Amino acid sequence: MPAGTLYRGREGMWSWVAHRVTGVLIFFFLFVHVLDTALVRVSPEAYDEVVATYKTPIVALLEYGLVAAILFHALNGLRVIAVDFWSKGPRYQKQMLWTVVGIWVVLMAGSLYPVLGHAARELFGS
Amino acid sequence: MSADTSAAIGPVEGGSHYDVENPAPYIEAPRKRTGKTPRATRGNFEMAAWLFMRLSGVVLVVLVLGHLLIQLFLDGGVSKIGFAFVAGRWASPFWQVWDLLMLWLAMLHGANGLRTVINDYAERANTRLWLKGLLYTATVFTILLGTLVIFTFDPNIR
Repeated sequence: MPAGTLYRGREGMWSWVAHRVTGVLIFFFLFVHVLDTALVRVSPEAYDEVVATYKTPIVALLEYGLVAAILFHALNGLRVIAVDFWSKGPRYQKQMLWTVVGIWVVLMAGSLYPVLGHAARELFGS
Repeated sequence: MSADTSAAIGPVEGGSHYDVENPAPYIEAPRKRTGKTPRATRGNFEMAAWLFMRLSGVVLVVLVLGHLLIQLFLDGGVSKIGFAFVAGRWASPFWQVWDLLMLWLAMLHGANGLRTVINDYAERANTRLWLKGLLYTATVFTILLGTLVIFTFDPNIR
């Protein structure tokens, strides 16, 4: 690794990296998502056919990943706003990050069944 | 300066403390705007972009999480989605406006984010030019396509 590439590390840098990575991933999905939705202007059959791929178990796993990326980006985005606009934000940025991670873990656990339940029923029978 | 320190140093040659009779020379603040300062040529675009990311971000948290909740969590999750479901939701102007606002804010928020990423990592000016050209083209196309789809949606297409 070239010298000077790794910035300070720790919570501040890694949350910034995760915010970037999740942001880019969500943006690329958004392009695909607008295109697949545009199929409603082609025909109901074309739309339903493409949406059927969204209901397969493998894509369900990707949807769980999408939820993970969006939840982190949303929660950490609120933390960034707090760091920028709240006078004590910079002092509590670490605590706020671990709060974000804690809420994220709880919400991801709660999302398991609603997002992946149908895939589990298809794979293992109901 | 405290008395004992100046006593230790002794009187400075040719110098005396500044006071009302003997003021220090006036030094202009650096970067102070004067009549001779050239007009700003870049404007406040970067500040506006920074502010837009925060304002649109707060709105998107509500719009996108609400969207996710409806599409992926409630009422059977992704299984219920189909042409009929879309037709049912876009029958209401409320959800049309919701989706339109979400489309525009998310695309602009994402495009500005990727613009920052390109500026950070593409080192050659030419590379930045081409990547941003591609980004802006794809963004304008996608926003226009999505807007057209929402406004011209026809539940009786077939």
